[in-house]
Amino acid sequence: MKTLRKFKLKSNNAEMPIIGDGKHPGCDPSYFGRRDSVTELEHAIREKCPFKIDIGPVYSIDPAKIHAYAQGGDNVFTPMERELIFDIDMSDYDDVRYCCSGADVCLDCWPLMTVAIKVMDTALRDDFGFDHILWVYSGRRGVHCWVCDRRARRLTNEQRAAVADYFRVYNVGSENNAKKVSLTGPVLHPFLARSYMEVLEVFFDKKFLCGQQLLSTQEKYEKILPIIPDESAAAELHDRWQGNRRSSIPKGDPNIVRWEQLKNMLQSGKHKRQGLRRCIEEIVFSYTYPRLDMEVSKHMNHLLKAPFCVHPKTGRVCVPIDPDRCEDFDPTAVPALSEVSSLKTVET
Amino acid sequence: MEIVRSQRKTSDSSAAAQTLSLYRSAPDIEVRLDDFELFAIDRLRVLKGISDGLSRGKKPEEMEKLVSELWRTNMRLQEQSETMEKDVISHFVLRLVYCRTEDQRKWFLSMETALFRYRFRFESPDSQRMLMGEFNLPYKALTHAEFENVKDKLIQVARSIGQPVVNADAIFFKVPFEEVAELVSNRRVFLFKGYAYVAMNQVVSLVATQFRSLLSKALVLTNRKWTSTIREQEKDRLTPIVEALSTSYLGPDYSQAKEFGEVSLKDIDQLANSSFPLCMRHLFEKLREEHHLKHGGRMQLGLFLKGVGLKLEDALAFWRAEFSQKVGSERFDKEYAYSMRHNYGKEGKRTDYTPYSCQKIVSSTPGVGDHHGCPYRHFSEENLRAALGKMGVGGRTMDDVMDKVRNRHYQLACTLTFEAIHASSCDAGINHPNQYFSDSQKVLKTKNHSTS
Repeated sequence: MKTLRKFKLKSNNAEMPIIGDGKHPGCDPSYFGRRDSVTELEHAIREKCPFKIDIGPVYSIDPAKIHAYAQGGDNVFTPMERELIFDIDMSDYDDVRYCCSGADVCLDCWPLMTVAIKVMDTALRDDFGFDHILWVYSGRRGVHCWVCDRRARRLTNEQRAAVADYFRVYNVGSENNAKKVSLTGPVLHPFLARSYMEVLEVFFDKKFLCGQQLLSTQEKYEKILPIIPDESAAAELHDRWQGNRRSSIPKGDPNIVRWEQLKNMLQSGKHKRQGLRRCIEEIVFSYTYPRLDMEVSKHMNHLLKAPFCVHPKTGRVCVPIDPDRCEDFDPTAVPALSEVSSLKTVET
Repeated sequence: MEIVRSQRKTSDSSAAAQTLSLYRSAPDIEVRLDDFELFAIDRLRVLKGISDGLSRGKKPEEMEKLVSELWRTNMRLQEQSETMEKDVISHFVLRLVYCRTEDQRKWFLSMETALFRYRFRFESPDSQRMLMGEFNLPYKALTHAEFENVKDKLIQVARSIGQPVVNADAIFFKVPFEEVAELVSNRRVFLFKGYAYVAMNQVVSLVATQFRSLLSKALVLTNRKWTSTIREQEKDRLTPIVEALSTSYLGPDYSQAKEFGEVSLKDIDQLANSSFPLCMRHLFEKLREEHHLKHGGRMQLGLFLKGVGLKLEDALAFWRAEFSQKVGSERFDKEYAYSMRHNYGKEGKRTDYTPYSCQKIVSSTPGVGDHHGCPYRHFSEENLRAALGKMGVGGRTMDDVMDKVRNRHYQLACTLTFEAIHASSCDAGINHPNQYFSDSQKVLKTKNHSTS
């Protein structure tokens, strides 16, 4: 059977007729690109000169003829294959980073992405058995993941949702909840336990706690203390830390000192209840566990920007990231179009 | 399917009669036309009950009780063989009824799968194994060596979900994770290299997935057969029954306003404000604003008003007053009055049409320019918030309502709205706009009574 892949070329060429897909003004939904016809795709790209290319699913029929088929009543226009994709966006971490917000990233918060890559990459390989995984810098403030194994491409929407939910630890409606993560049960699922022990705990203790000064000021620690379910324990810590300001400050970094105090308090004999020890893990998960844009992963027909595109705002190229060396990746050092184009000699 | 560590052969347990059918093929038995319809209605009551239970957010244990209760009251006959026959016949009739649109298929598929799932749990372990065999599930139980390799992880998973600790004779199956999506999604299984390790007591998930996928395929085929041959062949016999069944609503019939008698035209604005559910209030306001409603809206609101107790003459006056401002009264009399009278059974085939139930409204598909449908389902979150705000819903209730909406419990969202506005509970839940209206009137009347 002939299969066709959906591409969407976004162009700002004013002379081109802009049809628009209704949802994204200024889009030219030129769907084309037969799998066996690279030249056709190349031709269209040269002609339209798009500033962005989105990649969609593979259909059994020509996506350009969607309207013709839709009139037939029977909905034959359904995607057949699509990579399993994940989208992680730094702006979703705004409540846990103090260095930047929104679209900005810096070397203090970027490690959150590194952590996300490590947690996800391990689980996709070891738990789900996938091998063909591509991590790509999204050009500004996040990363994309393309899982290209045949098995992954053939997952139904329901199965995709299940995979996405496997990775989900955040509460529904967590916007109105001090406790963003609920870890239930007497022990953690092996996946969560591994993520915690191998990645999250070390990262939080050694890097993030001090990097973001999470316990340094009243404003910051007052966001963490409500996660502790025992009010008396939380109040005791609060009093002690407030007192710190006035009296002598203990030696060492206040973040580390206070984190140790918090852990000791919750693990001490007095508070040895299961829930209290668990809340240390909940704090670490709340601050460091990957935050996925679930909707992107759940549906086959979601579009995602092609690797190696140039981000329209930053001009940076969406380059791949090697998951084994993701710590070394520096988003601020990614080549931008201006630098790349000065190298241009091959063309013409 | 082979179960390695079980000594028992399936033949030993064949005496333990298994009552759960997989509905692999239509029964080759003669069915009386009356039974054809009656059995189907009984099964529909069961499915509808499950649907209500789920939309009310009942817990699994409560659902289990509900399903067994529904089954006993509606499906059980004297002899077990009769019950089994009824089960199979009613299932295949409803396949015909619910195969014809995507929405119908979806609803039927989830309700039948839910029913199957609960009935599977009631079966004895032996018959559960037989059922697994019948599905030809190609999975083998873990061998002892395999089990030992992953034992620690299996124990860890079991503890993480509060299950009893796994012992050495526990039976586990190793299946591709795709087959048990539901267990993967809430991390109830151990995953390794693409395989899920499913415990014997989780097998229902595996079986239900198979059941669902077989039924889903079968429904598509049935639909094809229906459109290509059955509809025409049976046009004098089964087709009318099937078509009537697909629209029938099983609760009380709201086509005659009984409890409050008539409603007069002059009260209608006040009633709309106090006792109309959001879907009707929205249509009512749009009609007042634009002096026009498209067909879907006219049907939904028109039949509702009839159920509320608006008489035909008043209804005609009401619609004419609005429409004439836009299309002129002459065109109204020519083009629209007929269908108003039609709704009241005064034209055409003279059926007294029933007001739409929530189920029908929720599953409608309003297009551009349409205002009918269920606001909880069809409005954007922003518009819904604004509309609810206008009704006086706010604060925590607003969040609760939106939470239900996000989980697709539209009728439950409507019930919460009702409770907030009336400051009174509504235990039965909202299932019909006319029920909303009459419950609302009841509450308001008792309140007036107590204050006066």
